[in-house]
Amino acid sequence: MSISRRTFLGWLGAAAVGTTLGRSAHAAGSPHFTGYPDALGVLFDATRCIGCRKCEEACNKVNELPAPARPFSDLAVMERKRRTDARSYTVVNRYENIVGVKGPLYRKIQCNHCLEPACASACFVRAFTKNSNSAVTYDETVCVGCRYCMIACPFEIPTYEYDKVLTPRIMKCTFCHPRLIKGLLPGCVEICPVEAMTFGKRRDLIRIANERFAQFPGRYLHHIYGEREMGGTAWMTISGVPFRDLGMREDLGITPAPELTKGALSVVPVVAGMWPVLLTGIYAISQRRDKIARDEKSAAVAAAVAQAQADAKAKLTEALAKAEKDKKTAIEKEVKKALEEAAKAKAQPSAAAPGAAPEKKSS
Amino acid sequence: MPERKIVIQRPAWTPFNMVAGIIVVIGLIITVIRFTKGLAATTNLSDYNPWGIWIGFDLLVGVALAAGGYVTSAACYIFGLKRFHSAVRPAILTGFLGYALVVLALHYDVGRPWRLPYPFIVQQGTTSLLFEVAACVALYLTVLFIEFTPAALEWLGLKRARSIVVKLTLVLTIFGVILSTLHQSSLGALFLIAPSKLHPLWYSPYLALYFFVSSIIAGLSMVIFEGSLAHKYFHDKMDAEHLREADGVALSFGKAASWVLAGYFIIKVIGIAQTDAWTYLGTGYGLWFLVELLGFVLLPCYFFAIGAREKNLTIVRRTAVWAVLGIVLNRFNVGLIAFNYHLPSSERYFPHWMEIGISVFVVTIGVLAYKFIVTHMPILYAHSDYESH
Repeated sequence: MSISRRTFLGWLGAAAVGTTLGRSAHAAGSPHFTGYPDALGVLFDATRCIGCRKCEEACNKVNELPAPARPFSDLAVMERKRRTDARSYTVVNRYENIVGVKGPLYRKIQCNHCLEPACASACFVRAFTKNSNSAVTYDETVCVGCRYCMIACPFEIPTYEYDKVLTPRIMKCTFCHPRLIKGLLPGCVEICPVEAMTFGKRRDLIRIANERFAQFPGRYLHHIYGEREMGGTAWMTISGVPFRDLGMREDLGITPAPELTKGALSVVPVVAGMWPVLLTGIYAISQRRDKIARDEKSAAVAAAVAQAQADAKAKLTEALAKAEKDKKTAIEKEVKKALEEAAKAKAQPSAAAPGAAPEKKSS
Repeated sequence: MPERKIVIQRPAWTPFNMVAGIIVVIGLIITVIRFTKGLAATTNLSDYNPWGIWIGFDLLVGVALAAGGYVTSAACYIFGLKRFHSAVRPAILTGFLGYALVVLALHYDVGRPWRLPYPFIVQQGTTSLLFEVAACVALYLTVLFIEFTPAALEWLGLKRARSIVVKLTLVLTIFGVILSTLHQSSLGALFLIAPSKLHPLWYSPYLALYFFVSSIIAGLSMVIFEGSLAHKYFHDKMDAEHLREADGVALSFGKAASWVLAGYFIIKVIGIAQTDAWTYLGTGYGLWFLVELLGFVLLPCYFFAIGAREKNLTIVRRTAVWAVLGIVLNRFNVGLIAFNYHLPSSERYFPHWMEIGISVFVVTIGVLAYKFIVTHMPILYAHSDYESH
């Protein structure tokens, strides 16, 4: 097959374009995924939140969630630590008696919309989608209800409708994905009276956070929670106190969840490929071992039989020889006896035939 | 053998039948409640604790304890240890029943059980270890079913079908070992995704290996344990081959279990070193970890060795129960006790009585099915019309 220069250059060009295109399109497959380009996010500033619960109310409204048992204006619910549940995608908790801080601090909890979500990685029907705008959304039409996403989520966000008999769903914040598509802000961000939440491109939010650190020296800890935690999240938090004082875990590490199971998953095809070889090999060895044992056994049996036969033959020959000898002895004895008798007879007056003895001998 | 055809009429109201009957009735009532009132009415599951004993016991323990099937058939057909032949059928049977019950129990646990085939027929979440578990359990249940059919086909007198299945023995055995390696280990690997929730003494990059190796221990010990139970209750069903080989099987399996336990102990210690979790040994969880590691791994290892060396069946059989309890403890620790260790006690999980009820119900169904099958099919004896395979 001949390749013209033109064809070759054409291929080369196609390959070059392919590589360039591949760079952006296949970034998700690279070891360090830093998020979709132009991914959105929210920066939550814990130094600004006043714990008014307006975001909870707005969330409840825009997502058409069931009405709460106590009204959103009732701030007494914050006396205990709450978490997201099947009726609330977001909750605000109050943290008191923090060293070096007068008065309480607040933190809003909702799905952080990880760059590489644990829930999506863990789902065995792919019910979760990481959208290019950052939102992690859930498809209830395929969900089996195994709740492995709830096990997997390091932020303990997904919740389940345990009280529903036939149609239980996973319930979690959608980043108001339907609103984002329409160009609207998430309900909680829109309503916040103190701008505790800044909505924007995730890249810009990181820059904004760093600007605040520079602008207000001493007000913040210089750490953006979510910039790298669990491989990075779309929702990030900045605070003036250690994050653990706001009930956030500081031991999550920076490994994205899919990395944690990658090794175990990569073993699967290797086992499927090598085990048949290994096991068939062991089978062949055991078969061969049995065969050798069988062969050796039959060889030993044959040898033993041969030996026995030889012995028997020798014995037989010996016995025959002995019998022959005995016979000979007996004949000789008879002959001797006959001769003696003949001699005796000769000595007697009666005449016996001398040919009788040799005649007998020849018989 | 015509004498086996004689059915001995036992009284129906034996204590065993009465207890089993009560459990089944209660189980059926809870079943109705579960599927009419939902998970909230029957379980103590919560948003923090999405997995309870229906996963921790019925799935994790159930699958581990059903490992006798692949362990025994591999020993006999692949490693060529023909003296274990009579142990294969009972082990395959208990493995098959074990997996069938695991799948049954999952129908109670998942929110929409009729969608259980979805991962295969609608969308495949291949990045999930649960997908691997689901795929392997489904396939292996099929393999165990086929491996079990010769007994049923002999019972039904279908000679042709039986001879076809028997020819597949080696292929099925190899396939079974592959599938078991994969899903036994993947059950441990399920928790790899949650390092922040599982206590560092139990969380290890070797979790998958631990689950696989301990499943061998579970399989060996369960064969010994079930064998001793069968001897007690179904002695009359056993043929000369079974009776002749049974003690040897128990002693050899005890010896093997001792070796595997020793290896398991060593890799557990290596795991602690690997994650440098030594300091946790001084805590309450550390003490509990040592109870598991020393009390339920090292000691059974030692007593199996003694039992095998002295040829003492009593020691081997008792140690088998001990080792089985050790596996149960390990799966409970990983799935329930050391999981969510960071939560305050008020948020921790304790099973609802109905959850326990369903787990007991499922085990009871298994015992009843086993009893029916060994009394009707050639499990503990070879059928006189057929050559053994």
